[in-house]
Amino acid sequence: MKYDVMLCKITEKKQLTGDVFDLTVEAGPLAEAARPGQFAQIYVPGKTLRRPISICGIDRTTKTLRFVFQIRGEGTAWLAETKTGDSLDILAPLGTGYDLGDTRRKAVFVGGGIGVPPLLEAAKPFGENATAVLGFRDKGNVILKEDFEKNGNRVQIATDDGSCGHHGLVTDLLKDLDFDIIFACGPTPMLKAVCKLAAERKVPCQISLEERMACGIGACLGCACRLRKDGREYYGHVCKDGPVFASENVVWEG
Amino acid sequence: MADLKVTVAGVELQNPLIAASGTFGFGREFAEFYPLRTLGGISCKGITLKERPGNPPPRIAETPGGMLNAVGLQNPGVDHFIKKDLPWLREQGTAVIANIAGNTPEEYCEMAEKLSDTSIDMIEMNISCPNVKQGGVQFGTSCTGVESITAAVRKHCQKPLMVKLSPNVSDISEIAAAAESAGADAISMINTLTGMRIDIQTRRPIIRNNTGGLSGSALLPVAVRMVNQVYRRVKIPIVGMGGISKWQDAVEMLLAGASALQIGTVLFSDPYAPVKIASGLNEYLDRNRIAKVSDLTGQVQLW
Repeated sequence: MKYDVMLCKITEKKQLTGDVFDLTVEAGPLAEAARPGQFAQIYVPGKTLRRPISICGIDRTTKTLRFVFQIRGEGTAWLAETKTGDSLDILAPLGTGYDLGDTRRKAVFVGGGIGVPPLLEAAKPFGENATAVLGFRDKGNVILKEDFEKNGNRVQIATDDGSCGHHGLVTDLLKDLDFDIIFACGPTPMLKAVCKLAAERKVPCQISLEERMACGIGACLGCACRLRKDGREYYGHVCKDGPVFASENVVWEG
Repeated sequence: MADLKVTVAGVELQNPLIAASGTFGFGREFAEFYPLRTLGGISCKGITLKERPGNPPPRIAETPGGMLNAVGLQNPGVDHFIKKDLPWLREQGTAVIANIAGNTPEEYCEMAEKLSDTSIDMIEMNISCPNVKQGGVQFGTSCTGVESITAAVRKHCQKPLMVKLSPNVSDISEIAAAAESAGADAISMINTLTGMRIDIQTRRPIIRNNTGGLSGSALLPVAVRMVNQVYRRVKIPIVGMGGISKWQDAVEMLLAGASALQIGTVLFSDPYAPVKIASGLNEYLDRNRIAKVSDLTGQVQLW
């Protein structure tokens, strides 16, 4: 099985900030098949489209998946109202996740806001070889810091208002770090800056993208993103070719 | 167990449920869920003579009871389809329908000729894609346009020819009659209704193409009405689509006049929908002691 639909019982639910929630579900074979950086499509009653949510944690022993998501609209607002014991209709695991390669390399995980969750599972096998550089609006919006520390990762925080950690951008922090590979997820301006820095330092970089999505499996071609391969540009699809892409293959459109 | 078999333009389908073009790719992604022989057929992603890159994103916007899309016929071209997708599809044990779109009558004719030399079961001529400037809709919105393109393609097409109609017209039954008189073997309807959504913060349309095609449950009553109008106007069979998401919707569409059905947007929320609809349909027929699904076609009793 590559992916399937399953009713998954919520075993744990927490609120992390004003609008960010943390759900763990029993996902059986879906949890066994999942890889870091992949995502799930969660059914919302009465809605035409499922909601794509990145996988934040994979536990193969308990066969659970963890999702940390932000309320963005009606679908995620419904998801935030669910309770422990409720069941979610989940299509997962989807997409191509992070290609971790040699986890003895010095890796930096760069996350911005709600882009932080999919990095957590990817950073785990790197342990103390990884530094997580995480950016948030302010202290009240910092999430998952302790979780990266539990991975054994070093953590550096940047906030827009300086209320926690560095006052400024995550890319400011990257300037003083030494690393062999970058894994990133976050808002487009952040990803663009990270890709630029990776190119300058000639370090491989994998980024996770977002796009409005319908089927989630590569059939409808809705979630197009501009890619480059062998010097030729084309539209690939976030749900199947990604969500994780090598930075040199992504073409930023104005 | 009722008889779910139907015949459309001489092509026998094991049940009336066909995956709708553009929602199912060339089938591979859905074969992960169930054997594709569970379906009556697959109408493949719309193909063009040459590869098309598709529209820039965003291509998708959700709407009340549905969604807009403007994918823009992204596809690898007819030759790639014949070489790489058709052999695999052929092995799946279901009817395969090629959906074709073009800029000119010559392109449609050339594709029809190429496909006539293959094992394809039927050609669905898309003259109703609302999302590309020249994706056939220029032929599909006038009776003379429909008549001339259908007649032209008919001469080059050795396969059953189904014409897919746009609902963005003033009288769809006249359009259907034009297709019939020019030699179409079947009608499929309806394609999407053109729509727009606007982001109230940026004041920009959500879809980069500005407009997109509306599909999903919101379309059902419009599609049912139009299928019934066309059923009363033409003799050739109708493949009904537009917002079918459960077996009850399927029964409505059959009663309105459809001989077979296409299932599209509901696949995005429930990829198993066609399997569920087929079993619901079967139970409905048994419960009502109706021997075969084809007995429902056109049986609405108008007031």
